[in-house]
Order: sequence, then structure tokens, then C-alpha cells
Amino acid sequence: MTSKNSSKEKSVGVVGMGSFGTAIANILAEKSKVIAYVRRTEVVDEINQMHTVDGEAINPEILGTQDPEYLCQSCNTIFFMVPSSAFQEVIRSFSPFLYPYHLIIHGTKGLCLNLPPGKTLEDMGKISRENILTMSEVIMKETVVVRVGCLAGPNLARELYLGQPAATVVASKYNEVILEGQRLLRTDKFQVYGNSDIVGVELSGVLKNIIAIAAGALAGLGLGENAKGLLISRGMVELVYLGNALGGSLKSFIGLAGIGDLVATCNSTLSRNYTVGYRLAQGEKLDDILDTMEEVAEGVNTIKLIKAFVEGTGMRAPITENLYKVLFEDLKIEEALQYLMKYPFSVDVDFL
Amino acid sequence: MADTYIKHQYEPILPKKDEWPVVKLSKNRKDFIRKVADASKKSVLEITAENIDLLREELETTLYREKLRMKQNPWAVDPDDEKEFWGKVKSTMVQLSADGSLTKTQKKKKYLEILDDITMRYSEEIASNFIHSHYKVTRRIVTFGFSRLLNAARVKGFKSIFSNQFSLQDKIQIVGETDQIRELASKGTIVMVPTHFSNLDSILIGWIISVLGLPPFIYGAGLNLFNISIFAYFMNALGAYKVDRRKKNLIYLETLKTYSSEALQFGVHSLFFPGGTRSRSGMIEKKLKLGLLSTAVEAQRANFERGEDDVSGKIFIVPVTINYHFVLEAPSLIQEHLALTGQERYYKESDEFSTSYKISKFLVKFFTKGSDISVSVGKALDVLGNYVDNDGNSIDRNGRKIDTKDYFLYNGKVTVDAQREEEYTYHLGKRIVEEFHKINRVFSSHLVAFTAFQMIKRENKKMDLYNLLRLPEEDVVLIYNEFKEECLKVLGKIKELEAESKVQIAPHMKMDIDSIIDHGLANVGMYHAKRPLVKNSMGNIETQDLNLLYYYHNRLHGYDLEKLF
Repeated sequence: MTSKNSSKEKSVGVVGMGSFGTAIANILAEKSKVIAYVRRTEVVDEINQMHTVDGEAINPEILGTQDPEYLCQSCNTIFFMVPSSAFQEVIRSFSPFLYPYHLIIHGTKGLCLNLPPGKTLEDMGKISRENILTMSEVIMKETVVVRVGCLAGPNLARELYLGQPAATVVASKYNEVILEGQRLLRTDKFQVYGNSDIVGVELSGVLKNIIAIAAGALAGLGLGENAKGLLISRGMVELVYLGNALGGSLKSFIGLAGIGDLVATCNSTLSRNYTVGYRLAQGEKLDDILDTMEEVAEGVNTIKLIKAFVEGTGMRAPITENLYKVLFEDLKIEEALQYLMKYPFSVDVDFL
Repeated sequence: MADTYIKHQYEPILPKKDEWPVVKLSKNRKDFIRKVADASKKSVLEITAENIDLLREELETTLYREKLRMKQNPWAVDPDDEKEFWGKVKSTMVQLSADGSLTKTQKKKKYLEILDDITMRYSEEIASNFIHSHYKVTRRIVTFGFSRLLNAARVKGFKSIFSNQFSLQDKIQIVGETDQIRELASKGTIVMVPTHFSNLDSILIGWIISVLGLPPFIYGAGLNLFNISIFAYFMNALGAYKVDRRKKNLIYLETLKTYSSEALQFGVHSLFFPGGTRSRSGMIEKKLKLGLLSTAVEAQRANFERGEDDVSGKIFIVPVTINYHFVLEAPSLIQEHLALTGQERYYKESDEFSTSYKISKFLVKFFTKGSDISVSVGKALDVLGNYVDNDGNSIDRNGRKIDTKDYFLYNGKVTVDAQREEEYTYHLGKRIVEEFHKINRVFSSHLVAFTAFQMIKRENKKMDLYNLLRLPEEDVVLIYNEFKEECLKVLGKIKELEAESKVQIAPHMKMDIDSIIDHGLANVGMYHAKRPLVKNSMGNIETQDLNLLYYYHNRLHGYDLEKLF
């Protein structure tokens, strides 16, 4: 009943035009007609009249809209590129217009809480796996769409925007979603890999943000490459353990979305999470940092959730736990580092 | 609704037997078998990617396994010309591989002919042989026989043989969405998926289908049952098609699935026991066999592909749970389960329930004493697990009508995607398990068994399951008052779950707690030689068989009630 206008080629939808959303919309526009959803009227006007977002030129073919219904009717495949804090709300506003024929791919590297009505994270203290939702789980919970995929990998928006070569992973339980992602995204400069472990790939992107904050902090302290090498490899171990506990598979963590993304973000001043760590180490307060950042650093929220999860399961995750103390309990970074150096890690690699 | 037992005979939804899909199918039997054989051939070719070497390999494997089966495991029901048939296949295969003069195309043609012979033979073997007159006779025997027995037992005196005071429906209570299944059966095609605890289930379900006024359903029955001619008669009468579990080769399995799928596309209502076999552990099935279930998804897509977009082409999945106080085969089932999971940690004892004498004794006992069975019919689902309304529309979580066809669309067209359908089948399986738990009805016997076993487990915290089950039964005594306290606690939680529609409760659970416990103790596994739970002379609770207690306790597994202990 809803699928009559199928004869002509449909557009591809992009929801959210932050830096990553814009970069992806540009790549998509090379091959397809793109309709972009943004909330603010000024941005819609900017897209449609000036063909820019925040002053940066975008593909002039991209059409801006504020109307979820219009976007859903015009597109079979929709990319959701909104931060996790707004994800649930945005997806709910789209839900009435989404049907099972839609394919959704998201590019959000964060988690959502799923608590009993009326409870907050503070009330709960400890949480378990059911209380945490990855973005694909949010989509499955809030909409009728089942063919869901995610986009993850070392994709710093700025570099993509400049057209530098890069690769990404499209993960989905459904081959057709992976193929669709490849069909739409693949260009001479953008390679697209497939993975069927969607939760593992989502978690890779989510958990690496924790390590990125730590990497920024080390750099902010003026420490060198030895320290970074140490952090990345120990961070990887922590990522694998947490990721397994949350239902991802090891294979995904050592792939492009895991190690690939970890290395990219831990070395880049372009990364928001890295910047948070860096500025913390320079002595700034978290609130001040977050207030002056233009876009969300997902890692901060992730640390909060994962710390509660770690307490709920009785696991140990020393890097996450110490970062939590630094971020929210005024522990000095130097002290946290001291603690980590004394922590009895005895075995190098015990997860393979 | 949940509380009221449905106790009237429904008018048949299709009074004329010629309108029954199963009768139509048996009239077209020949054409239908041809169709199944062709479709199976096609899907085997797809799997072997039209590669002649792969196809030859499949044929060789099939031939090898069939020869092995005939030698090692022959059954009475096997056709006489079997050896001849496979002998011919063999000689043709040998000739073909030796003959160098044939071109590739010629060879391929020959191999296709062999494949065609095999799928044709398998389709013939599998096909049901529904005969209406036999169906009528069988239905009468079951209903008449059962209700005579029942009345004779309950109403004293000779004349009671002819009394109609009690009908079978006093004994076997039907609850749930009976109107919906009748409504939908007249509009589309039903796939009924019941839980499976006992061999009685198939007869029971057959009877329920007829009480509800539905035309007969077809279902796959193990070929071993056809070894016994009286069973074979009943099975054929009920529209059973034959499933030979000895044959595990690709060609047979494809033909079997194709048969089910084609029958659904034909519009014949079907019955799958999605757990595959009886639940060994006594738990509600958690993992379903997806092979048959996938045929429902496939048939639905095929209907959409042909443009049957209205309700007549729609397939409805109806979960059903059967709730017992007592399962005849419990002792051997639980032993098999423990032997399988515990391996060397578990010692198997002899199987005490297997003879037909025991079965008939049970039947007499069943009808003379009061052990009730209830059957809950769940809400119908579409093949993606969405609820459907009485007109057959799929409804999403927000109450919006959606079109099941949309799930099979890619860029506006219905497409065939085996991997997608595999995921959908998996998803459907999970939804069915969820529904099983929701429509499961808690009986007093489940409550007492669960509580008692959990108490024993708590008192022996350090033991693993197998050590626990080896405790000497005479050492296990539960003080009545403590037991009552715990039962109350569990009952409270079950009532909470019921309020959230996560489980159902039988009406006898509305009594006061002492009566519930008495009712439970009297009923739990009541006909076993060794009782799972009894009250001793001091009024305390004892067990005579821990394995059985564990079995009946498992019925409430999966509700997180263990957390209370």
C-alpha cells in the first residue's frame, strides 16, 4: 500500500548534517540524488540556497528538508548520522513514516541507555547489557525497519571532506544492506568493506572513543610515542574484553572498524574525543571543554555508560574506570596514569 | 478471555469437504507431486550453482548414503523396489563417468535425468495420502472412544457408558484466540506451531483442530510411525506427510522443504512442531528448528512474487502451547536429556516406559482420574512475527497497519534473497519462543515442582546439577511451612508476570495457597511409578525421583524466577 511510487529511481536520504553526515552526503551525491534532513531552518536554507553547510561548500545537488515524511517517501535507503544523544528522539520522529521496505544505515559511534520508565543512570548505579542499546538496536526498537546496517571505520570527517583516500566498513546481518552500502558509497577514493557482525562493528567504533580520549590526554601531558604504543595495545585488550561482554566478536575488533579506527583516532588532532583528552591534560575543566566544542564527543557519554556496565558485571576495565574518575571525580590525570602503570597486567595478549 | 475455557463445538468454517484445501490437494496429488519434484530439482541446481561436477558429487553422496541406509537400517515401511531403484541409479552413474564419447551438454542432460528421477521418487515418498472417509472414521473413533471412556469413569454405573454428562472438552480445555484462528483460516493459510512435550500432542492437536471447526491440517510425521500399520492408517487419515529422519542427503532435505513450501502456497494449513522433537528437558523450546519454519517465509515470499497480495495469499503463524500436569514419557525424556548434556557425569538407568501396555494403562488412568490438559491458542503472527488483526492485516508495535510484502521489497520489487530469508526465519523463531512464554499456562504442579527443586538446589549450593540429581532421595525433606512460604513467593512473582501479560495462569491457581499446593502435589507427574513430589506422614514434602522433579520444574524455566532463590 505504501510502495507504489517505485518505478523511478529514488533518492538516498541522509539524516543529520554534522561534519560526518555532510562528508557522507557528499560521497553519496557523486552517484545518487541525495535528500538531507536537518532540524534547523537556517541550515535548510543554507543548503538549498548557498549549497554550503557551516560555510563549507557541498555538492549543489543535495536537497535540504525539514520534513521526515517527505524524506521517507522519497528514499528507500536512509543514512542516519546524528549524535547518540539525539538519536532516539530523531528516530522516533521518523518512525511513523518508515516502513519495512526501507533500509537504514547509521554512522553513529555512541550508545543509548534503555532504562525502566522513570529511572536515570544515577538511580540505577549498575547496569547490565539490556540497559544498553547500540544504535542499530535503537532502530530495531523504535521502528518497523529490520534491514539495518552501520557504517564504521577510520573516517575522520575532515579528511573525507577533502577527498582523501579512505575506507569504511558497512556491517549488517543482511547481505543486501552491505551490497546496497557498497553500491551507494564506493568511489575511486572510498573503499567499502562488508561485515556481518553489526554489533561488533558498532562496538568497535563506540569503545575506541574511550581510548582516543586517553590518547589525547597522554599527548596533552607531553608524553611520547612509547606511551602511545603502550596505550593503544592495552586499550585494544580492554576494547576486546568489553566488546565481547557486550556481544561483539573478536574478528570485528581487529578489523578496520576496530584497530583501523583506533589507530586513526589516537593519532589525530582532528578527532573530537582526542581533543577532549588533550585539553583535559592541559588543565581545562570538562564542562568548559564541552561548552566550547561545536560537536559532540561521544566518548564522554560512552565512558559513563561503560563504567556503570563494568560495575554491573563485575568486570575490570582499568582504563575506562580511571578515565571516569578523571572526567567526573576530579582525579588528576597524572595520578590516573600512575595507577595504570602500577596495575598488574601480567600477560601481553590473552584473548586470541 | 484468558480465564474462560472455551467449551462449545464450533461450526465447521468450510462445511463442504470439497472446499477443504487438503482435499483439493489430494485430488491434484499427481500434478502436485510433479510440481514438488520440479521445484526441488530447481533448488538443488541452484545450490550446486549449475556446476556439473558439484551436481555429480551430490548425486554420488546421495547414492552412497542411501545404499548404506538400506544395508544398515532397513524398515518395514521401506518400499520393495528400493534396491532396484538405487541399483539402476548406480549403474547409470558408473556408465556415465566411464563413457568418454559424450559431450559436456549430453552428460549434463543425463545427470539432470537422474536428479529428476530421485526428486520424483522422494516427492512420491513424502506426499501425504489424505482420504476423507478415513479422516471421518478416525475423528469419530477419537472423540467417541475418549468420551465413552471418560463418562464411564466419572459417572458411576453401567448406564454411564451412554451418558453424555462429560465431554472431552471437560478434560482438555481450549483457551485463547480461537475465534481469530477460525477467522484467519477462512481467509488465508495457517501454520500452527505448538510446543511439543509428548507423543500424545499430535493426536491432541488433530482433535483440537476438528473441535475448532477447522479443516484438517497437514503435518510431517516421522516415517518410523508408519512402520506400524494402525498408526499409518491414522496418520494418513490426518493428512500426515512422511519425514524420514534417516535420510540426511541434500536432495531429500530440499524435496522435503519444497513439499512443505508448495503445500503452503497451495493454501493447505500446516502444522509444524518447531522444536523438531519432543522437549527432552521439559523446558519450553528455546531453540527452534528453522528448516521447516523457513518454508513458511519462503512460501509467503513466493505468494507475493506471484502477486497474491491480498489476504488469501497471506500466511499466518499461530503459536500454541499444550500444558500438562503429567507427561507420560517424562522419565525417559529427562534421562536422555541428562545423558546428552551431562555425558560421563550422568549414569543412565533403564527406561521403564515404552511398552504399549504402559501406554494403554496410562490412557485408562488419564481418563479415569483427573489430570487436566489445557491448550492455549496464541495470537496469530505474520511471517516476520508481527501480530495480525482478525482481517489478516499486520500491525506494528505502534498499532499501525503495515504490509508484510514490504519486507521482501528491494527498490520496490519483490526479490528472492536466501540470506535475507534465513535472517527472517531466525527472527520468526525468536518471536515464536517469546509468544510460547506468554501463552504458557502455569499449573499448580509446575509451581510446586519449581519451588521444591529450587529449594533443594539452594540447600546444596556447592553441587553441580549432576551431583545434585544423584542425592539420595530419602535425604531430601522440605519442611511444609517453609515450602509454603517459598511457594507464595514464587506465586506472587508469577502473578506479577501475568499482570504484565508475560505468562498465563490456570483458574485453579486462584484457590488459597494450601489448596494450590495440595492440588499441585496430587497432580504433578501423577501416574509415574515414582512420584516427583509427595507429602510424608509428618506433612512435610519429599521426592521419590529427583530427575522427574527436575523435569517438571523446567516448565517454569525462562521466566527468571530462579532469581527468587
